[in-house]
Amino acid sequence: MNIINLDHISSNPLMPEVKEAMIAAIQADYHNPSSQHKKGEQAAEILDKARETVGSLINVSDPREVVFTSGGTEAVNHAVKGAAMAGAKKGNHIITSNIEHNAVIRSVRRLKGLGYTVTSLDVDKHGYVNPADVADAITDKTILVSIMHSNNETGTIQPIEEIAKITKQKKVVFHTDAVDSVGVVPIDVQKLGVDLLSFSSNTFYGPTGVGGLYVRRGTLVWPLLDGGVQENNKRGGTENLIGIIGMAKAAELARKKLPAWQAHLEKLKSKLLTELPDYIDDYIINTPPENSLPNLISLSIQYIEGESVMLMLDEEDIAISTRSACATGSLRASHVLLSIGLSHVDAQGTLVLTIGQDNTEEDIDRFLKSLQNTVETLRNISPLYQKVKKN
Amino acid sequence: MYNKVVMDHFKNPRNVGVIEDADGVGEVGNPLCGDMMTIYLKIKDEIIDDIKFQTFGCGSAIAVSSMLTEIVRGKSVDEAKKVTNKDVANALEGLPKNKLHCSNLGADALQLAIKNYESKKAGKPQVELKRKDDHEHSHGDTCYCPYCDVELDDGTDFCTACQHSLNEEH
Repeated sequence: MNIINLDHISSNPLMPEVKEAMIAAIQADYHNPSSQHKKGEQAAEILDKARETVGSLINVSDPREVVFTSGGTEAVNHAVKGAAMAGAKKGNHIITSNIEHNAVIRSVRRLKGLGYTVTSLDVDKHGYVNPADVADAITDKTILVSIMHSNNETGTIQPIEEIAKITKQKKVVFHTDAVDSVGVVPIDVQKLGVDLLSFSSNTFYGPTGVGGLYVRRGTLVWPLLDGGVQENNKRGGTENLIGIIGMAKAAELARKKLPAWQAHLEKLKSKLLTELPDYIDDYIINTPPENSLPNLISLSIQYIEGESVMLMLDEEDIAISTRSACATGSLRASHVLLSIGLSHVDAQGTLVLTIGQDNTEEDIDRFLKSLQNTVETLRNISPLYQKVKKN
Repeated sequence: MYNKVVMDHFKNPRNVGVIEDADGVGEVGNPLCGDMMTIYLKIKDEIIDDIKFQTFGCGSAIAVSSMLTEIVRGKSVDEAKKVTNKDVANALEGLPKNKLHCSNLGADALQLAIKNYESKKAGKPQVELKRKDDHEHSHGDTCYCPYCDVELDDGTDFCTACQHSLNEEH
């Protein structure tokens, strides 16, 4: 099927080199890295090498600061719940933002139910958190700040370095959900200054179901998975070596190719934004022009609903994502889009377009043409457009 | 996600449009939920001579509107009053469980349009074109989480079991 994928944030294809590495790993039948005999040690060496490679992508100071997980969601849960539990003797106050991914929001809610208190910061119309708001919210009971590096619905990149300066000074643990950033934009944990950072392999064309949590040396975090002493006693469970080998290969490629990857994404994103007004009108771009992910465009098309757009484009073999209540099954508009000030109606007509390395200029052309027909058809059916036309 | 019948009505909706001098108009919907529907009726000798719809909503909502107008066209007003949401869902050969709430607007818009026609006929003051409120509870007085079916505590805005957000009603 020649389907144009403009929904890379949901799923990236694996790079060919990643597939090769994983197939070889499957064939090799590696043993358990925790076993003390020859076969075990061979596996342990491979695990160490993978840890070094992945750590280099985010510039850790010691490879042991990388904890391999089953993906971004586990990393986030580990960071938020682990830091909250470890800090319980010191305090019970957590600071986060209104636009976090559900992995943070629901983890924090779970903690609230156990007696933690939460301050959730507002964002401005571009989705930015104001570092001064973080500083104001910190009390002597604050034990964790969790602000995402980039937002998966608007693409907004937060002023993480500035926030980290504040948390460092006040001695509060700072976690950032960088699941949609690592492998897309340069991430250097030394520069950022964060204590915890979550990432996912699929974002940089590695396998889904694998990710990692960066834990700065000295940061107290309880394990999420109790069991064996794997991952430096931070995460029990025999390692998913096949997946980790895939992620390491993807990380190696990402490190080499990131500037070229970024340039490709920026070129296609710019083409789409520049040419869009030639095809449709009455729309809003929610992604800020600067400090945003180079692969993401949040597009609210007025007077029509997102799932119907997605279905029509699907019929033309174009895959996109939408944040409408019907499509996400949440029965209400996206909390992120409402937080940046979109009306409920405009939020329902919002598409999230994410570009990848396999996209071409022709893909963008085809998308724009199909979008034009789709919007025209749906606006013809829409009572909201009817009212606007009358006036 | 949707069967062939639903996709057909979504891709080729029947009776899209507006009737300028309609005998009855019914508008329902809630942009909070993402669906809005307007039904226009032209009635001759108590028969629904023409019917048109406009819908802002997902694939289900559009398919439901289209199927509804197809079912109702040519029926007498009395027969049309008996058409339910279930009839429409059945005619579409079923909708995914989590889409059934999308389909609730169809028959409601029709009934409102009929009420509008009847009050115009009787010279009564216009029935106010109402907005439908959020979803009704389906199990008597107890509230259940629409995601994990756990009984809900009063007045929470998220389910304590699965942490899913709920709308203000719950």
